[in-house]
Amino acid sequence: MQELLGIPAPLLFGQLLIGLINGAFYALLSLGLAVIFGVLNVINFAHGALYMLGAFMAWLLLTYLGIGYWPALILSPLIVGAAGIVIERTMLSRLYELDHLYGLLFTFGLALIIEGTFINFYGVSGQPYAPPKMLTGGYNLGFMFLPTYRAWVIVASLLVCFGTWLLIERTRLGSYLRAAVERPDLVRAFGINVPLMMTLTYGFAVALAGFAGVLAAPIYTVSPIMGQNLIIVVFAIVVIGGLGSILGSIVTGLGIGLIEGLTRTFYPEASSTVIFVIMAIVLIIRPHGLFGRSRE
Amino acid sequence: MRLMKLAMATTAIMVLGTTAQAEISDGVVKIGVLNDRSGLYADLSGEGSVVAARMAVEDFGGDLKVEVLSADHQNKPDVGSSVARQWIDQDGVDVIVDVPTSSVALAVQQVTADTDTAFLNSGAATTALTNAQCAPTFVHWTYDTYALSVGTGKAVVEGGGDTWFFLTADYAFGHQLQADTAAVVEANGGTVVGSVNHPLSTTDFSSFLLQAQASGAKVIGLANAGGDTTNAIKQANSFGIVQSGQQLAALLGFITDVHALGLDVAQGLTLTTGFYWDRDDASREFAERFAEKMNGQKPTMVHAGVYSAVAHYLKAVAEIDDDGGKAAVDQMKTMPINDFFAADGKIRPDGRMVHDMYLVKVKTPDESKGPWDYYDILATIPGDEAFQPLDKSTCPLVTN
Repeated sequence: MQELLGIPAPLLFGQLLIGLINGAFYALLSLGLAVIFGVLNVINFAHGALYMLGAFMAWLLLTYLGIGYWPALILSPLIVGAAGIVIERTMLSRLYELDHLYGLLFTFGLALIIEGTFINFYGVSGQPYAPPKMLTGGYNLGFMFLPTYRAWVIVASLLVCFGTWLLIERTRLGSYLRAAVERPDLVRAFGINVPLMMTLTYGFAVALAGFAGVLAAPIYTVSPIMGQNLIIVVFAIVVIGGLGSILGSIVTGLGIGLIEGLTRTFYPEASSTVIFVIMAIVLIIRPHGLFGRSRE
Repeated sequence: MRLMKLAMATTAIMVLGTTAQAEISDGVVKIGVLNDRSGLYADLSGEGSVVAARMAVEDFGGDLKVEVLSADHQNKPDVGSSVARQWIDQDGVDVIVDVPTSSVALAVQQVTADTDTAFLNSGAATTALTNAQCAPTFVHWTYDTYALSVGTGKAVVEGGGDTWFFLTADYAFGHQLQADTAAVVEANGGTVVGSVNHPLSTTDFSSFLLQAQASGAKVIGLANAGGDTTNAIKQANSFGIVQSGQQLAALLGFITDVHALGLDVAQGLTLTTGFYWDRDDASREFAERFAEKMNGQKPTMVHAGVYSAVAHYLKAVAEIDDDGGKAAVDQMKTMPINDFFAADGKIRPDGRMVHDMYLVKVKTPDESKGPWDYYDILATIPGDEAFQPLDKSTCPLVTN
């Protein structure tokens, strides 16, 4: 068998592909965080809890209303987005004038409350959620068996990531948003409702987390603590990519997925640490992250 | 003369002091249930263990005054040992119960041994607790890595699964479970072709599963627990591992894990357990009462073990009217255990509670009559075969 870097080539390709799939997933989550930080200047620690909420909504819809995966893929992010809008309007919007730390503490507390509530009712072991019939099975790629569902995850994540990037970087609405970040007073003077834009942005970004949650439901166990481990990794990705940089979070998400996959092959014990080592190195060399700009 | 009086008074106080020790300290027996209340092991231990301990106290009746405390050790050894220390030094806790997560249990073991506090472990698995790290204040109640490997390892090799690859949780428990199982596999004529260590609480197992797949081993042994096991099984299913002829052996599976996976995914798994609620009338009766207090959830073997251990401890303490750690455990060792959990169970000098274990197979969705009706009992493994023989123990209490 042909070998690359001391391991069989098919195994290496398999690991790279899996890294890419996980990376697409990371990108989807870090994108939402980056948008929230870029536009609202808030470090949203509730992102992991809202991702969990997305997965749980899919499970609740199926269990209590018999609504399947495809409608849930639309409905669940809408519900999570609506919850986000309520959170932003009633609570988070009061903290914009204060130091970053208040937003961080508030969202962190919120995450604990949401997760604690679900643990109380559903326990931590999780609930089973099967992938839709259409996406079961898989393809034999020669070097590995690729489950259809994983292929769908990478396609769906990348489409949504690219769509969001286009929306913010290439449309008129996106330009208003970017302008509102720089000079909210001036944008308001042009007759644009800045607070409304911020509310919708938060709603949209947490809906992305909800969407990721539904995508995750058939792969991982749907459990109240599913967001806890992920959120730390995703934060590291946003920091590496540059806080608030949309392209940065997408590219870094994919890159980190690949590096993590390779670490799992060559030195599996370090696979949960490698991301933070990279983060430390990047912060030493480029304190604003790979794609970040200095913010005053 | 005054000096003489003073000396006599001091001696009298010291004598009184020592006699006071051979009674129930502070007039109340305090039971501290220390386990994971918020992380991946919270369902298999957690609040359920507290409920089980309270049930044992209520059922005991008697004229002992008993209190039950609980705390979260977050699966961190430093948190576990500092809670234990605070409980013992400041709150007057007399016995610590449950403590899943082997690394935490080993840390707590040092604290309880140093302070003459009884430690009844139900949740942790490592056999180190009754070998090199054993203590006269300690009893290991429910199961251990040796019993798991004897049950599942032997059954799988005998069924034709003679080449193994391990997915191992990278801490004390995982390494011990892998080592014990590998020994059983090799003793029964099988071989181990490789292994990979994964960090505790891994979400995505696909990279590891791919390595297991590439190894060509007939059996993938999961030397992990809780959420790690369920995630690995669920993902192995989607990667077609079972369909392509490899077999999964979950070395430690709890009924809560099966519940989380659903029978569609979990069916056919072979597991070793110390307790199944639907085994006989006594176990069903306990499970019913437990479920009433736990939103319908049936007890895991850890919950049942906590009940059995606390009940036996209270009997021993009432018998000798002393809640000192070594005194209580010594008394426990002289009494046989007969309840819904164990028939003729006995505690050996190394602290191992010996009782029958059960080899079970997870039912198919068609065979199951509803939630929690999950196991067929394939075989009963007699206690003397299930646990490490006493003459193999490296516990100083036995070897000296």
